[in-house]
Amino acid sequence: MSDQSTPTLRDYLPLLFQGVPVTLELTFASIIVVIIAGFTFGLGRSSKSRFIRWPAGFAVEVLRGSSAIAQLFWAFYVLPFLGIDLSPFVAGIAVLGLNGGAYFSEVVRAAFASVPKGQTEAAVALNLSSWFRLRRIILPQALPLMVPPFGNALIDMLKFTALLSLVTIQELAYRADAIRSVLADAGPVYGLTLLIYFAISLALSAIVQRLEVVVNRWAGRTGHVQDASASPERRSSGVPRWAFGR
Amino acid sequence: MPREDRSGSVAMPEDALLGMRDVTMRFGSRVVVDSLDLAVKPREKLAIIGPSGSGKTTILRLAMGLERPSAGWIRIDGQYLWHTERNGALIAAGERQARRARRAVGMVFQQFNLFPHMTALQNVTEPLIHVLALKRSEAHDRASDLLTRVGLATHFDHRPAQLSGGQQQRVAIARSLALRPKLMLFDEVTSALDPELVGEVLNVIRDLAHTTSMAMMIVTHEISFAADIADRVLMFDHGRIVEEGDPQVVLRQPQSPRTQQFLKAILER
Repeated sequence: MSDQSTPTLRDYLPLLFQGVPVTLELTFASIIVVIIAGFTFGLGRSSKSRFIRWPAGFAVEVLRGSSAIAQLFWAFYVLPFLGIDLSPFVAGIAVLGLNGGAYFSEVVRAAFASVPKGQTEAAVALNLSSWFRLRRIILPQALPLMVPPFGNALIDMLKFTALLSLVTIQELAYRADAIRSVLADAGPVYGLTLLIYFAISLALSAIVQRLEVVVNRWAGRTGHVQDASASPERRSSGVPRWAFGR
Repeated sequence: MPREDRSGSVAMPEDALLGMRDVTMRFGSRVVVDSLDLAVKPREKLAIIGPSGSGKTTILRLAMGLERPSAGWIRIDGQYLWHTERNGALIAAGERQARRARRAVGMVFQQFNLFPHMTALQNVTEPLIHVLALKRSEAHDRASDLLTRVGLATHFDHRPAQLSGGQQQRVAIARSLALRPKLMLFDEVTSALDPELVGEVLNVIRDLAHTTSMAMMIVTHEISFAADIADRVLMFDHGRIVEEGDPQVVLRQPQSPRTQQFLKAILER
């Protein structure tokens, strides 16, 4: 039971924890933007047409090359003057997602580029349609490579949501700071906030590990590794063993 | 269709399965294939020899429609690869026309290019299901027949990574055969193999050459193999045909000094 005159952290715990769903919502909404923007920019930058390649490259460079906080302030304070009035939520998700997408686009591009050209050529020689080529030949070989970096992007998004406290969104960090201002001691509330972020990030890592299994199974890579090392014959294939290890 | 031959050079035989007329391929300023005229008849087995970098692989890639020639036209089984014919004139066409023409052709690559995430059987059945629209059971039957024929009856469920190079190449041959092309292209199919695995792949091709009516174009450095199965041999260098004719002549008593020199270098290896 706390004294009326000196509030303790315990009084504010519900307030703090109400920030968790907000933070999660922001994280998941921005990671969806990351995926969409990452594939759009990534495939755009590998396009044969320079009218697609150049704008995509320009967007990626601008997003990567300027401060996310400056972009956030710009989306929040400047766009309304230009007649674009985004809610703090939408502006925040857009800025975080596009930023993450700009980085993730390099992952997408590299993963697609890592599929040997011979795979496409064999598919063309077999007269497989370009849709089949993408869906059943290229994507199953590219997507598994994207999952671990995707895990990084997801945890990055979680951490970057704290930036949105600067534009009045009452997520976890915003609430921690507000609570700290009425408490005598900053240590416990900030300490607890760190622990909450850490717990969420552990949970996200677990989800990504599960996702890795699911994607590998979809891509037909399960059993691949164990079986391969069990077979004495594969030594004579021209492909090095590490190429198939994960 | 009878064709006007305005250039007045060698007329393309009407019965040609593959026709190339005045085909040139440039990569930047490098001319890899230089005004090539070539006709391959149905059932004909054509071997192409020549030093590396001579452009012989490019001929196969052009015939498969993997490269678009810088100039000239290519016709396969009555379909132009990159053109359509309107009022007797050839008009440039795109990927859709190329797909139509590619149906008659299959290709086996130096690096096998099997799909690593599919089993040997799936590598063969998937194109049957998605290109020829066969039922899964029909595709399975045709694929297992062919894999058995190339000696892989016990390896249906192996992934490419679990197969030796020779086995992978035999799966690749079965995969192409399954679509029943009229012309098969073999691009140095034993060059990436360990020496002791070369024989098993050559035997499969030799067997096909002797028992099927498919036309074949074979780029190879295996001279005795070429002599054994080819109806005609073509010696290629610097993007041009140096010498062509009966294998007993081109490979045993070559007339061109360039061919003599090349064969000498290969046989003295």
